[in-house]
Amino acid sequence: MSAILPPSERLWWKHPLDRVEGTWIAIALVWCLIMFAMMVGWHVYGKQNLSTETYRTKPDMFAAKAQAVVDKYTVRTETDDKIPVVHPPEGSDVYLIARLWAWWPILELEKGKTYRLHLTSMDYNHGFSLQPANINIQVVPGYEHVVTVTPNQAGSFSVVCNEYCGINHHTMVSRLYVK
Amino acid sequence: MSTTTTYRTCPRSGLQFESQAEKLMIANAVAAVVFLLIGGILAVGVVLTRWPAVHWLQADTFYQVLTAHGIDMLIFWIIFFEIAVLYFCSSTLLRCRLATPRIAWLAFALMLIGAVTNNVAVYQGSSSVMMTSYVPMMAAPAFYLGLILFAVGALIGCFVFLGTLVIAKRDKTYQGSVPLVTFGAVVACIIAVFTITSGAIILIPTFLMSVGIVKEVDPLVYRTIWWAFGHSSQQINVAAHISIWYAIAAIAFGAKPMSERVSRGAFLLYILFLQLASAHHLLADPGLSTAWKVVNTSYFMYFAVLASMIHGLTIPGAIEVAQRQKGYTKGLFEWLRKAPWGNPVFSGMFISLIGFGFLGGISGVMMGTEQLNMIIHNTIYVPGHFHATVVVGTTLSFMALTYFLIPVLFRREMINPGLAKLQPYLFGLSMYFFCLVMMGAGTLGVSRRHWDMAFSGSAMAYEWPGAAYLMMGLVGIAGIAAITGGAIYIYITVGSILWGKRLDKGAESAKFTPIPPTAPSAVVQSYGSMGFAAPGTFALAMVFLVAFVLYYFINWKYLSTLWGMS
Repeated sequence: MSAILPPSERLWWKHPLDRVEGTWIAIALVWCLIMFAMMVGWHVYGKQNLSTETYRTKPDMFAAKAQAVVDKYTVRTETDDKIPVVHPPEGSDVYLIARLWAWWPILELEKGKTYRLHLTSMDYNHGFSLQPANINIQVVPGYEHVVTVTPNQAGSFSVVCNEYCGINHHTMVSRLYVK
Repeated sequence: MSTTTTYRTCPRSGLQFESQAEKLMIANAVAAVVFLLIGGILAVGVVLTRWPAVHWLQADTFYQVLTAHGIDMLIFWIIFFEIAVLYFCSSTLLRCRLATPRIAWLAFALMLIGAVTNNVAVYQGSSSVMMTSYVPMMAAPAFYLGLILFAVGALIGCFVFLGTLVIAKRDKTYQGSVPLVTFGAVVACIIAVFTITSGAIILIPTFLMSVGIVKEVDPLVYRTIWWAFGHSSQQINVAAHISIWYAIAAIAFGAKPMSERVSRGAFLLYILFLQLASAHHLLADPGLSTAWKVVNTSYFMYFAVLASMIHGLTIPGAIEVAQRQKGYTKGLFEWLRKAPWGNPVFSGMFISLIGFGFLGGISGVMMGTEQLNMIIHNTIYVPGHFHATVVVGTTLSFMALTYFLIPVLFRREMINPGLAKLQPYLFGLSMYFFCLVMMGAGTLGVSRRHWDMAFSGSAMAYEWPGAAYLMMGLVGIAGIAAITGGAIYIYITVGSILWGKRLDKGAESAKFTPIPPTAPSAVVQSYGSMGFAAPGTFALAMVFLVAFVLYYFINWKYLSTLWGMS
């Protein structure tokens, strides 16, 4: 008689379905297939797909590579901490270190040019959150994630850490310039 | 083996309660409400700190309070209540005795000790690691130990439930298949066993790491397995609260499932596919292949989405059919207008259903779409989504069920029924608004789990747009309104149990009364219009679909304006 009593039909899988249910299931299934096609199709036709290129890394290994780029392409330093601002050539490998509680170095990219951005963390999980563009990527220690990016607007952006990483999490914010 | 026990038949509902099961349900439900109370008090701290104009707590206290709020609400309140629901769906609905009550008490004790241990660890201050406790950030050993003890207790509770099903079968207390609501509870229980096992696989090595026995737990492996626990535990809730919706539709309207095959088939899809949806937490992670992400979150997750869309139609559909049989057949929506909106059992359930679908369901699919996840990951959109699923969906359904259980299980007259009438509206609707403005702030990029959106103390602070501040202020106001709604629930529940007028027990007997077989019912197709048994529900479902489709493509449009990434 009701959902809290055993069904009157002994074999529940033989219970007929109403037309309203059949229609809705068909509509819902088609919609699910469209969503599936969107996700796959965007990999073919879309321009915003997160790369899966990943390498295992160690903090000193990654730091050495980041240092080499900083030594080569630093154009100026900013803030009292003298954080280097790196202006790498188009198509090059760019390294961004996440650690408690800072991003290092500051990057200066050019609009419409493509870069290979390498991300890792030296300690805990961190979150790369580019604002106000609103691009969010998880940064996991031990893994070097290579993301190919092509900025499509010029301006001053901020890199906010959006994965909780301890007491000074809220001070972990840096800049990223696009010329 | 047969211990002496008695069975009482509740004069108000006709349900039969076995005395051991009844005591265990009461104990688990009371423990649940205590943790809801603690979690609710902590919510005040979270909300008043994230409200930028108030910014109440210091950073260390805030993260501590946020950790405890998450665990107390998402794990302790919900799982204690779910254990009570499992016992109800087995012993009470099948009218049999509970299997091994002593072991069920052991399970309760383990859960309680675990919950208290974990809470104490968090309040001692060195375990502010959030509910997710991502390694290599470490909490005190007691933090993990508490969770492990609680999980072992909950696992034992699941097996007591399964044992009770065996007893009912053996004693022939019912004929044919178990009721749909029990079927849903079985699904919840199977998902729970999977979930808790995943939790054990990852939390035990992490505990050993915290005491120095294991050297390292890989951060990415931790995230992958932790989410098989963390997300699947929310699927237990979904299966449980959807069972409760069916139960309330049956209790409040005598509604019969439109088709047992469809509803049960949808529950089976949950077992097969829901847990795989946990992969959507890892969409912004390195190291996992595109194929893995797409297969898990698209191919598999959409079968679970399909199941939820089916339940979203069949539950109001069953209510509509029941109402039309009573003669409310005018137009598309007379059945809905004439529903008992003043009964908090119904209104809570219906507000929960609509909010879960429109707010929680749609936003969940956005986050679970591989590319769209990049504009949402770790923003405050995420808590916006899960407050719609877990608070509007699960918590509000549990509240609605409590209003039914106060006279039936606790045998007390509800104090202040006028206030109870209001409660689901205040709590549910302010939660709707809370979730919406949180998602709004998240769309603007505001981070979750963040003490200070002004970045005080940083040389390179980012200035969020004014709209983000406005949204976060509204989050604060809506949050306080919802907390008030929660406080009213606790006042009514605790007040009724302590001071409510005692109601009579009903006839007691030493033996159970089996459920009489039900006669085949009239064919549902004899009501409704356009060949549809539930045309009004179908219209509502189409509104849902249009909202879903529009919002889905708006997000793709937004995504397409971002930097090129490959």
